[in-house]
Amino acid sequence: MRKVAIVGAGLTKFVRRALETPKELSFEAAKTALDSCGLNLDQIDCVAHGTAPDAFDGLHQNGEYMVDGCGGWNKPTMRVFVGGGTGVHAIIHGWHHVASGLFDTCLVVCEEKMSSAMPHAQGFFLTIFDAITERALQPNLLWIFALEMNRYMQRYGYTKEDMALVAVNNKKNGLKHPASQFSQEVTVEDVLNSEMMAYPVSRLDVSPVSDGGAAVILASERVARRITDKPVWIEGVGWSLDTAYWATRDLYYPRYTDTAARMAYEMAGIREPAKQINIAEPYDPFGYKALHHMEGLQLSPRGKTVELLRDGYFAKDGNLPMCPSGGLLGVGNPIAAAGTMKVCELFWQLRGEAGERQVPGNPRLGVAQSWGDLMQVSSVVVTGI
Amino acid sequence: MEDKTVISGGTALTDEEINSGKIFLTEDSLNCAYAWDAGVAIKHYLAELKKGKIIGKECKKCNRIMLPPRMFCELCFIPSGNWIYVKDTGIVNTFSICYVHWDASRIKPGEKPHLPAVIEIDGASPGMGIMHILGEVDPEKIKIGMKVKAVWKPEKDRTGSITDIKYFKPL
Repeated sequence: MRKVAIVGAGLTKFVRRALETPKELSFEAAKTALDSCGLNLDQIDCVAHGTAPDAFDGLHQNGEYMVDGCGGWNKPTMRVFVGGGTGVHAIIHGWHHVASGLFDTCLVVCEEKMSSAMPHAQGFFLTIFDAITERALQPNLLWIFALEMNRYMQRYGYTKEDMALVAVNNKKNGLKHPASQFSQEVTVEDVLNSEMMAYPVSRLDVSPVSDGGAAVILASERVARRITDKPVWIEGVGWSLDTAYWATRDLYYPRYTDTAARMAYEMAGIREPAKQINIAEPYDPFGYKALHHMEGLQLSPRGKTVELLRDGYFAKDGNLPMCPSGGLLGVGNPIAAAGTMKVCELFWQLRGEAGERQVPGNPRLGVAQSWGDLMQVSSVVVTGI
Repeated sequence: MEDKTVISGGTALTDEEINSGKIFLTEDSLNCAYAWDAGVAIKHYLAELKKGKIIGKECKKCNRIMLPPRMFCELCFIPSGNWIYVKDTGIVNTFSICYVHWDASRIKPGEKPHLPAVIEIDGASPGMGIMHILGEVDPEKIKIGMKVKAVWKPEKDRTGSITDIKYFKPL
């Protein structure tokens, strides 16, 4: 396999409801990423793109509709879709194209427009549950997160206050991100006093509904070195899909993340991730989920994560900054684009180009992870400079 | 500190812009209809629920008693073995108290919250849980590890559905 580098990145602003169509959001993100490294579409060999459920847009086989906005016309273009895992998975998908030797450049574009779904995008998740044995119970998406969060808290004796610390940390980081849809810090009290949606999940434990796009440009080593003197290498990739019989897994530990992370670390030659990784961008659609994923990513000992969080270990200036971008809680959660945004963050952070968000100490290795489907998939990318 | 975070587009719309008619909207409502066949394994599961019983299936290789029953063991990837009745009791593995409907609308004042839970069913292999709901319980008193029992609909009202169990109540 050939070495693959990220050489450019771009985002749209993340907003609750965007004027732009999904195609237009994709174009804005893709063009921004191309411009960031001085390339034009003619220099792109193939396109990997991602958008999550077709149901949000009400367009069946949404990938075909998206092709023009992704710069994919008359090119080898493929869509990848693993729910919330899509944003990082699309990077892996693009990595295959270049690592295989088939292509020298790949444009990876992810987009989500959740606001078209009426009255609320959440309703469309009803159809991810088993049609016969579960949907008759009229489940909603919050159920499974609340069930998982409760199990996780109970297993280690974590409290709602503990979980609220994540929203506080991430939203604070997100205020420095120019794409963020938020403008306010929150306190633990704000989180605890926010509306109880599905115990133990309160309103501010949850990332928002968002529209947005994100893109990166991948290149082979030979081409990357012509484009930039600071390529960010994709050192390892991993992904895993656990059983859809989700109620038969013990939800306190994300086994799928463990498997995916170990695969990526092995490829990257990382033996002690908690010591070697300098920046973590775990998927954080809910506060607890960032911590749950830090454990699955082998970046924190199981059951000790809250202690480390309270000690400032995961703060921007801590040993292992967690979600310096602000994450989904601090920037926004246009589903597929949110995962790609995390990889964009690693790109800027490792190049020392993250401005006010820059973590100190010249970070060398970062990991980004996204998660989705019926809480069963993880996609992990390790990047280094 | 250098900031090369580049963004373009993502133009936020305000409620006023939307409501004023300046943004042209096309509205549609899709009504999708389906008739799902229960399949080889779940057909039997539903037929037993109609009789007031819960049935699982074993794997001859890993010896798991699997619930819901399935025609193959997804771990060993071989056809599953005998049908095995399990109990209609179990323990709460985890639960939630949910104040939101499936479409994100909020429950009305006076309406009871939903009480979803994962219930590990006695007689199935440890950890073999199903999603269901809890009832006849004060939400404040639900605990992980609590023993519960199925409350069945009257026989005449059962249709061969997971909802033939109305809910699980504390034992």
